[in-house]
Amino acid sequence: MTPITPIHYLILAAALFALGTIGVLTRRNVVIVLMSIELILNAVNLNLVAFSRMWGLEGQVFSIFVITDAAAEAAVGLGILIAFFRNKETVNVDEVDLLKW
Amino acid sequence: MFFLDYIWLIPLFPAMGAAIMFFFGRKIEKPAVNAVCVGAVVLAFLFSCGAVWQYTGWSAMPEHAHQPFQKILYTWLGSDSSHLNFVKHDGTPAAFQADAGFLLDPLSSIWLLFVTGVGMLIHIYSTGYMAHEGGYYRFFGYLNLFMFSMLTLIMGNNYVVMFVGWEGVGLCSYLLIGFYFHRKSASDAANKAFIVNRIGDAGFLLGMFTLAWYFGSFRFTDINHLARTGNFQIGDPIITAAALLLFVGACGKSAQLPLYVWLPDAMEGPTPVSALIHAATMVTAGVYMVARSNALFVLAPTAMKTVAIVGALTAIFAASIGLVQNDIKRVLAYSTVSQLGYMFLALGVGAFAAGVFHVFTHAFFKALLFLGSGSVIHAMSGEQDMRNMGDLHRRTPVTHWTMFIATLAIAGIFPFAGFFSKDEILWQAWSSERGAYQWLWLIGVITAFMTSFYMFRLMYLTFHGRPRMSHEVEHHIHESPKSMTVPLIILAAGSIFAGWLGVPHSLGGSNRFEKFLEPVFAKEAKPVLAEQTPGQLAAGQKEAEHTNPTEYLLMLLSLGLAAAGWGLAWKVYRHADKGYAEPIAAKTPLVYTAMLNKYYVDEGYDYIFTGRRKLGPARLGVMGLGDASAWFDSRIVDGTVNGAGWTTRAVGTLSTWWDRWIIDGLLVNGPAIVARVFSYPARLVQWGLVQWYALLMVAGLVGFVAYYSYR
Repeated sequence: MTPITPIHYLILAAALFALGTIGVLTRRNVVIVLMSIELILNAVNLNLVAFSRMWGLEGQVFSIFVITDAAAEAAVGLGILIAFFRNKETVNVDEVDLLKW
Repeated sequence: MFFLDYIWLIPLFPAMGAAIMFFFGRKIEKPAVNAVCVGAVVLAFLFSCGAVWQYTGWSAMPEHAHQPFQKILYTWLGSDSSHLNFVKHDGTPAAFQADAGFLLDPLSSIWLLFVTGVGMLIHIYSTGYMAHEGGYYRFFGYLNLFMFSMLTLIMGNNYVVMFVGWEGVGLCSYLLIGFYFHRKSASDAANKAFIVNRIGDAGFLLGMFTLAWYFGSFRFTDINHLARTGNFQIGDPIITAAALLLFVGACGKSAQLPLYVWLPDAMEGPTPVSALIHAATMVTAGVYMVARSNALFVLAPTAMKTVAIVGALTAIFAASIGLVQNDIKRVLAYSTVSQLGYMFLALGVGAFAAGVFHVFTHAFFKALLFLGSGSVIHAMSGEQDMRNMGDLHRRTPVTHWTMFIATLAIAGIFPFAGFFSKDEILWQAWSSERGAYQWLWLIGVITAFMTSFYMFRLMYLTFHGRPRMSHEVEHHIHESPKSMTVPLIILAAGSIFAGWLGVPHSLGGSNRFEKFLEPVFAKEAKPVLAEQTPGQLAAGQKEAEHTNPTEYLLMLLSLGLAAAGWGLAWKVYRHADKGYAEPIAAKTPLVYTAMLNKYYVDEGYDYIFTGRRKLGPARLGVMGLGDASAWFDSRIVDGTVNGAGWTTRAVGTLSTWWDRWIIDGLLVNGPAIVARVFSYPARLVQWGLVQWYALLMVAGLVGFVAYYSYR
């Protein structure tokens, strides 16, 4: 069998990254958008770990930072979502247009 | 010495009289007014006699020989000499100081005696003359105020006190001339007198201050002492200037050319006023002042010459006008101006004592003439025009004979008073300064002829000829009461005997008048001419005891002319009937009209100075200058100011336009409009769709990555 090289991890990370991006850009529900953002962050984590196998432990350290940051960001994002829901009674991204001209 | 120590009471008595009239005059009866006011002047006269008597004793004492007596009460103006507060001409500091002080010397003694004496007689006369007039207490109050001022003038020991008196007599002259103030002519005449006097006063003040600046003091004794011992050059320009300025003051007060115009109009006042003020006392103030300043004039030959020439010209000018006047008081007024000219002629040629002597004799006969004319007017129920008089000598004998004596005196007939004084003046004019003034003698002699003629004309027209008055007036003719005739008689005695005080050496007399005045004039007068030939006597000094035969010749000549004037008047006017002809009018009507209208001098002054008459639309002289300045001010200066205002407003309007359209429009609103214009499309970028923004972010990211990986 072919050995699992870091290349495979990178490809996986890229695929997840792409899926996450498409999710952010196309989904209507704000919660799903937030989930897609998490997916992007996790893809980045995977990337970092793969590279850490090659080049030192800094990659893993950095991915711990990213996970912490993702958690905080999810909390804040959900807080904004709840505040927005209280005002507008919807979780439809198309209706977040208060700054429209 | 009682009267000398209390010399300050002399002006105080009439001052008190005036004050009592001011406060209580309205409420007291005529006899009380008489007692207060006439009594005040009588007391002043008695005290004056006492003071002069004691002065002669005092000055005979060796330690006081020929000194004037001074009594200084207190320092009135300025500080004592420890405070030096103005700068003299040579830069040294001096103290400005004027004392309330009195001076008595031979010169002021003479004035004191005749001012109080004649004043007393006129006050007594006025009780009769003004008996039926309103404002009796006011009249006597003013008369007493006048006596106070005149006495202050002659008794002051410095120029400032003299000026107080000078102004005071001017004021009283105004008050008394305008006594009948309801008449416009009287109040106009009063204004004229005061204003013309004031012009002279300006000269007096300037002269006085020049003297203080030059000598450092106002006192007569200081200035005279410095002038006589101070090595001043003869013809010193500052002394000449001061002397001329003082003489301007004298011209105003003593009615010389060109400031004489107030005196004839001053006849609007009651006759005792004309007698006192305009014949005997106020108008002699100028003569007094020049005589008092003789030490200065002697140092300024130019000034002396001016005084003499002005005096002589005034004398003949006024006499020529007096030849044809028809109002009895006008004739006497011009006669006064003319005689004053004689006095200044005397002073100008250096014969100071002769001038003062003429003042003295003139006081008697001129006062007598005026009071006599008052008596005539009283008898004629107020008529003053001689054309309507005539044949009064039988009905008013005392008036007639006293006036006749006065006329003889003024015409210079021997042995009456005027002969000695006038003759002395004419002789001095002939003989002083190697005959430099002989042409002035000629003017004086012609004037003497005219004087005799017009005075006897007055006598004949008034008292002789046929009666030319209306019948009602004729019925009322009566001699005046004793209160009026007794002063006339006393003055007549003076007109006869006063001249005998000054009988000259040539006629065997000892000229006691001149001797009495020696300490004031002759002893220290310096030579007037720069070069002096040996044997030449200085002007003002007494001649050596020998007499010049020319003097007798001139005496006979002037007597002859006086007699000729009398004779001519007798021939022409002796039988003057209604519509009598004036000889001058018949022979030279143009000259007659000119003289009758006083040579149109007043009209000339109206054109040149007062601006009351115009040449077409414009006024001449100073008033015209004022008109031109007013026009300039209102048109050009104000026009400029208005123009500046208009310019400012125009600039303001321009600024407003600029501000509104350019600044606000272009520069402020412009960018705003541009911003708005560009913002319309620009805002379209903001859709409000979050995912769209995210897509743009991703697109940008992809672009970056592509760029960097394919670089």
